[in-house]
Formats: sequence, C-alpha cells, structure tokens
Amino acid sequence: MTQTPAAEALVELSGVSKNYGNVRALEGVSLEVRAGEITCVLGDNGAGKSTLIKIIAGLHQHDGGTLSLDGAETRLASPREALDRGIATVYQDLAVVPLMPVWRNFFLGSEPRKGAGPFKRMDVDHMRRTTHAELLRMGIDLRDVDQPIGTLSGGERQCVAIARAVHFGAKVLVLDEPTAALGVKQSGVVLKYVAAARDQGLGVVLITHNPHHAYLVGDRFVLLKRGTMVGNHEREDITLDELTTQMAGGTELDDLRHELQRTQGRGDRRA
Amino acid sequence: MSTTQVKEADERILRTSPLRKLLGRPELGSVVGAIAVFVFFVFFADSFLRASSLSTVLYAASTIGIMAVPVALLMIGGEFDLSAGVMVTSSALVSSMFSYQATANVWVGVGVSLLVTLAIGAFNGFMLTRTKLPSFIITLGTFLMLTGLNLGFTKLIDGTVSTKSIADMEGFPSARDVFASTVTVAGVGFKVTILWWLALVAVASWILLRTRAGNWIFAVGGNKDAARAVGVPVTRTKIGLYMGVALGAWIAGQHLLFSYDVVQSGEGVGNELIYIIAAVIGGCLITGGYGSAVGSAVGALIFGMTSKGIVFAEWNPDWFKFFLGAMLLLATLLNAWVRKRAEATK
Repeated sequence: MTQTPAAEALVELSGVSKNYGNVRALEGVSLEVRAGEITCVLGDNGAGKSTLIKIIAGLHQHDGGTLSLDGAETRLASPREALDRGIATVYQDLAVVPLMPVWRNFFLGSEPRKGAGPFKRMDVDHMRRTTHAELLRMGIDLRDVDQPIGTLSGGERQCVAIARAVHFGAKVLVLDEPTAALGVKQSGVVLKYVAAARDQGLGVVLITHNPHHAYLVGDRFVLLKRGTMVGNHEREDITLDELTTQMAGGTELDDLRHELQRTQGRGDRRA
Repeated sequence: MSTTQVKEADERILRTSPLRKLLGRPELGSVVGAIAVFVFFVFFADSFLRASSLSTVLYAASTIGIMAVPVALLMIGGEFDLSAGVMVTSSALVSSMFSYQATANVWVGVGVSLLVTLAIGAFNGFMLTRTKLPSFIITLGTFLMLTGLNLGFTKLIDGTVSTKSIADMEGFPSARDVFASTVTVAGVGFKVTILWWLALVAVASWILLRTRAGNWIFAVGGNKDAARAVGVPVTRTKIGLYMGVALGAWIAGQHLLFSYDVVQSGEGVGNELIYIIAAVIGGCLITGGYGSAVGSAVGALIFGMTSKGIVFAEWNPDWFKFFLGAMLLLATLLNAWVRKRAEATK
C-alpha cells in the first residue's frame, strides 16, 4: 500500500449533514482519513457519532455536504457498495452472528467458493485454515474454529471482526466504539490491533467517547457535540488534557467543578 | 499460514471430548427422542416392528417431512410460515382445476401449479421484507386468505367443496407415478413420497452446510443486522426461503392430488403447526439461527411413529396430541439449554 503523504485522502467528508425527518442528526461535519493514520471521532452520547458511521458505511445517505473517496465525490448506496470500495465497518454490537462458528462468521458475506454449476460450494477447508491462521497472526490462538463465536470474549470478537476486515483487503477500517464494553486489559488488546491495522497501511476511523483511548493511538481528532463539529485537530496541536476538557464540554466542566466544590465546602463547614 | 500452527490446533481439538461435540449437534434432542419413542412402541405395540408398519410410519413421516424440511430452513432463517398447511391444498387445487377447466394434459396443470405456488411463496417473502411486519402476522394473513380462496374458488367453479375427478385425463398415470406411486422393496410397498422426502433432506443439508446460501440462512436468522452489515443479501435470502416452502407445498400438494384424483378444498388447516413442531423437535431454535434439515426429518419421523404407533397399539388416537405436545415441550427445553451453552460467555 502506498503511503505518500501528498496522496488524496481515502475518505473525505466536507460539511456533511443528515436529517431524520425533522430531527437534525448531523450538521456541517468534516473529516479526512488517510492511509496509515487513525482518525478519532469523539463525542458524548447523542453527539451524532453513530450517524456519521452509518454514512461512511453506506447504511444511510447524507443529505448535505460531500463525501469523497480517493478524491472523487460519491454517494454510497449500500453497505455492500461501501465494502466493495474498501470501507469495512466493525460495529460494537452487531459485528458477528453469535451462534455461528468462528470460521463461518469470518467469511460471512464474502465466502470463497469452488466447483461449478449446481455443485458450487464453499471452500470449507480453506475457510477453516485461513480463519485460524489470520487470527493467529493477530495473536488469538483459537483451539477450535468450529466453536460458536458467541463463546469468545468481547475483545476477541472485536479482534475477529478487525482481522476479517484486514484479510478482505479493506483500505478503510471504521470501528464503532470497539472498547466501550471492555475492561482495561481487553481494551488494550483491541487498541493494539487497531494500531496493527494502521501499520499495515489502512486508514482507520475510531469512534469512541474515551479520550484516553483515542489519544493513545490517534493521529487526528474530530469532536462532535449535539450533531455539530466542535473541533478538528491534528495530534501535534492538542494535548490529552485539552482533548479531555473539550470532549467533556470545556466550560461546562469548570462550572460543574465549582458547583461540586461548593457543596463539598458546605459539607465541611457543617462537620 | 504454516502447517505447524494448524497441526498444533488439531492436537488440542483431539482433547475436546466426543461427548461435548455430540452435545453441540442440533439434532441430538430429536435423535434421543426418536429412540425413546421407537422403544416405547416396540414395547407397547406388537405389530410395530413389522415391515408393513415401518412402511406406514415412513409414509406418515414423509408427508409431514416434505414440508418440515423447507419450514426448518425458514425457521433457521428466523421466520415462520403459517400459510404452509393450506398452501399445500391450494397447490393441489390449482393443478387439478386448471387441468380440468382447460381440458389440458395434467402436466400442464402441474406446471401452472408450480408457478402459482412459487408466486404465493414470493408474495409472503416480499411482503415480509417490504413491510418489516412480523412473519407471524404476514403469513397469518396469507393463511386466512388462502383458506378462503380454496373454498371460495372450488365452490364457485365446481359447485361443491371438492374438485372434479381428473383420473381419466391425459398424463394422469405418469403424474401419479411421479408423485404418488408405491415402490415395492422385498415384498413391502413403500410410497414414493419417502424418496422425495429423503432427497429434500439431502439437498437442504447440502445447501445449509456447504453453500454460501446456507451461510446466509444461518446469518439472517442469527443476527439479521450483522448479516446486512457485512453484505449478506438479507431480502433475497428471506424471499428465497419462502419460495423453498412453496416448492415443498407444491410437491406435497401434487401428492395430495395424485394419491386420489380429487382434492378436498378444506384440507391442510392446522398442518402448518405440525411442520413447525417437527422442525422445533428437530432442534431448530424458534428464534432462528440454529437448526438442521436432518433434525426436521427426525422430528417428522417422531410424528410418524407416534401417530401410527398409537394406532398399532390399538389405543384411542385422541392420545396422539398429548404425546406430540409433551415431545414439543421437552425438545424446546433441551434446545434452550443448548443455546445457553452456545452463548455462555455473551
């Protein structure tokens, strides 16, 4: 994968907006994703993160602004089209089918086949072997690729989904809150794979509400609040503290701190 | 992809006990149940082990099994079809009435019936995916409409509740051979529907376990949204599943017609539940995403053994429904336990 910095951004959103009926879910959001870089999208609940993902993943179409892939303006009609154009999305809760074996999940939607005519069939041996090898490459040593994927831990399932996207030659990896439901250790494991995917030359969009996780791996940070973009920073322009403050609402946080201090002070006096 | 890694994994797989592997099979509950029912009737019904009894049991199982297979596939795909029972009758009626009214070769009627029945299946699937209403409601609607149409059209055209005989029409003997003949093996007559049934089980198992479509069926039933997100054509898969049920209804319907030469227009009501019961006893999860075609066949076999076994034991057939209900409850409990195991850490 070429990694010239001057190259066009893999994905570029410019002033994108989206309405659901009379509800404005997203307004004037811009971001770019480059090969070998991680773009973090930060925001609290209801900030519009999910809507943004759905536009990039082809589940929803934007109502305003432009979406460009490799410099050419476009509109994604379906998740299938997004996938065909190299955008793979890993959703927090709907990444896998829990009751299906790991190997079936790994190839779901892109099953390799052999044979011809009515005897065209899935190449099961190849699917089993590849699943095992690809997961091993990510450091997950599965005992049995036939076990239902629901028996894996949350972090492992995320990793399977990431490994799957990498295997199928995704150029852009969109991750929806990959660490949201995970403990500290498992979050670390997942972030390691996110970094591994970046090192393989993928452009990564990491959606999160955890600025600490974002700052560990991110190259640029887009902050969303109530559907609008309130910040778009390169890594060198911002510190973790500033990011946390902005993310938590800046002045609102200061107000909250004062308020809490005052109540605490009153409590002290009474004691 | 070095071979040593794969070998390493294989070594550890050997440590998984065969019992655990067996417990993971969807058919397990039904096979245990089938053996229990078999032993039960061998003990209580003296004539149960005779070859002719076996033939009768298999015939009863096959008429249910032909429909239980596609219904199981549909259930694995996460949907129901309450119209499946009367659709069999509709298919037979269309075939019979078209041939009679057009005074055509019965094979023409059989062909028209195939098209009409597939269209009904496609309608079910299309309505489901378009309206996003639960399949229970959509197919309950189709069930009632077909019940009405079956009676209404038959009375309108033939004046009574049954169709006119087509026995003397061109093509009838050959059609009867295909759909309703008896094959004699070692002096015992076996109905050809048993072959249809086994062929359907084989094809359905092949589709489910070895083809891309099978992967999609599991996925749309197990987690529709995840399936759609990775590019599985959910709409096409579901419509295809409903057309599969229609195909089964066509085969069963032609058998219904050609085993006699007339069709009673009120038949088939209630059978849809028996197909579903066979699929559920066979290990299909009612919530979708899990099950097998072989399981549905074992479910149908249990149905056949129970319904005929009670007759061989010379008991009042009224007891039959009690047995069926008990089997259903036991099977569902077992399935729930299996699912819990499969999703243990979720």
